[in-house]
Amino acid sequence: MKILTGNDLGTGDVIWWAGDGWSRQVGDSVDVGDKGDELARAEEAALRVVGAYVIDATVTEEGVRPAHIKDRIRALGPTVRPDLTLKPNDADAGNWVI
Amino acid sequence: MYRYDSYDQSIVDARVEEFRDQVQRRLAGALTEDQFKPLRLMNGLYLQLHAYMLRVAIPYGTLSGKQMRKLGEIAAKYDKGYGHFTTRQNLQYNWIKLADAPDILAELATVEMHAIQTSGNCIRNISSDQYAGVSADEVTDPRPWAELLRQWSTFHPEFTYLPRKFKICVIANEEDRAAMRLHDIGLKLVLRDGQIGAEVYAGGGMGRTPMVAPQIRDFVPEEEIVSYLEACLRVYNRYGRRDNKYKARIKILVHELGVEEYKRQVEEEYAHMRELGLNPPTEELDRIRPFFAGPAYETGLSDDLDRSDPAFALWVDRQVAAHKQPGYAIVNISLKPRGGIPGDASAEQIALVADLAERYSLDELRVTHAQNLVLPHVKKADLHAIWQKLDEAGLAEANLDLITDIIACPGLDYCSLANARSIPLAQKLSERFAAADRQKELGELKVKISGCINACGHHHAGHIGVLGVDRKGVENFQLSLGGSGAEDASVGQITGPGFSEDGVVDAIEKVTNLYLAEREEGERFLDTYRRLGMKPFKEAIYG
Repeated sequence: MKILTGNDLGTGDVIWWAGDGWSRQVGDSVDVGDKGDELARAEEAALRVVGAYVIDATVTEEGVRPAHIKDRIRALGPTVRPDLTLKPNDADAGNWVI
Repeated sequence: MYRYDSYDQSIVDARVEEFRDQVQRRLAGALTEDQFKPLRLMNGLYLQLHAYMLRVAIPYGTLSGKQMRKLGEIAAKYDKGYGHFTTRQNLQYNWIKLADAPDILAELATVEMHAIQTSGNCIRNISSDQYAGVSADEVTDPRPWAELLRQWSTFHPEFTYLPRKFKICVIANEEDRAAMRLHDIGLKLVLRDGQIGAEVYAGGGMGRTPMVAPQIRDFVPEEEIVSYLEACLRVYNRYGRRDNKYKARIKILVHELGVEEYKRQVEEEYAHMRELGLNPPTEELDRIRPFFAGPAYETGLSDDLDRSDPAFALWVDRQVAAHKQPGYAIVNISLKPRGGIPGDASAEQIALVADLAERYSLDELRVTHAQNLVLPHVKKADLHAIWQKLDEAGLAEANLDLITDIIACPGLDYCSLANARSIPLAQKLSERFAAADRQKELGELKVKISGCINACGHHHAGHIGVLGVDRKGVENFQLSLGGSGAEDASVGQITGPGFSEDGVVDAIEKVTNLYLAEREEGERFLDTYRRLGMKPFKEAIYG
């Protein structure tokens, strides 16, 4: 599947296109098919995202999984600071990115 | 320490307000990202993996307690409670909101700090020796020249859009603690026939094409240093490769022209500039110099130390360096705790070091390119009290220049350019070699890790260097041996095929075991490697 990601213009937070808006959770991502670039331009023009780009992802038992490690780290947070990730109570959460 | 005059303060304040307006226009949609990006980068604001990142300049790595305290306050108020000291003696905040950036810059301006020249194709923050002004064997304190160059290069209209970024380092010692010859231009201040001047090195650097800078001038009198650098920059600005980002650094120009031809062109330009009389007024250097004249040291202090506490004695032996003033010492504070993140410090740790600087180090501290901190003016009688306070804060690791004193860039955990994570590897190595006696036995051994070819982790200059690469979406690590950023500067050589994260830790252990087995009396790891060459190390690693 193709999913759309970028950073929130104001906060810089990593965000994922969820169909009807942006989410901080990669698991909320929806398949944007071939509409990603067009969507990215519109959302950037609306000042809701910066640096938006389309990536490959798959759906696994654990949910949506970006194809590349860089985007998995973006989705989770820094693996060396579990307390600052989206799963602060899961000390092993970093294994998900590998 | 240098203090801003009204001109310095006014240009920094004006820059803050200019950027505040630019941010407001960006948030209101009056500027596109393409328009805004170069503006935010000129103010040190990057967009990284997880958020905006702000890089704050620490000119030549020197700070007051008040400035350090402000850095800690900003970490607590605007970031997630910590900052990251970098290999260019700067500090980075990883979690900045765009709307907060002007307020942060305004707060920095209240303590004479900014984020100017921490990004973009300009002359970057000038770096220097962390022992400047306190080392017994330096020719002179290099910081007045570093400050003069800071003022000369700040908003220099001719050098705001160079072919690529440009890094300058100034030292005044035979011993190079600042990787001077791995800079675009390195200056080593020397004394010749009673006159201060500089040896000039040009065309060094790391990145994808590492080079040790060749000397291009044996001596430039101190009053002509700025003009000579201007000539060096002019030749580069005119002929540097703007068509190819990867060939745009001055090292490529010097290499492609050849050292002699580059020198010839610089000398020609320099001769032209001399005719125009463009040297900066000597009064400006005379105005700057007293700021670095040195604090009022007490005299008659004892050099005796009570070493009855073995943990304290171990720390003193490793972290404390000789000071030029009897009764005083230089304290190195490790930011490499066991299993920790190299260069990271919490807001509380930053505040503590600010307190220590004010109370025990004549209100001054330094940041090193190896991502550690220094208290430069400590009475030996105060060392035990300082050690106790550092120990309580987790800052009393005794590993300066040992195998766990690892330089590591932020890597793929934070950086959008990275291909692999540097920090987890540094943490694994730190754990593997944690035993103090083992580290001591291995002696000086500088491990440097970069998460991509841009080499912010200085891997080319590591006695043992590691470069993280992306191999079909999987992290892979190339090992290199024999690099040095010191006065014996050299570029490390790749051992062979890369490794997994665990694999490279094992490989490094094999390398160190071979060193211990083969070293001769008094040899550091680097010496043994240079004597034996790559072959036996390669055999030990790959079998």
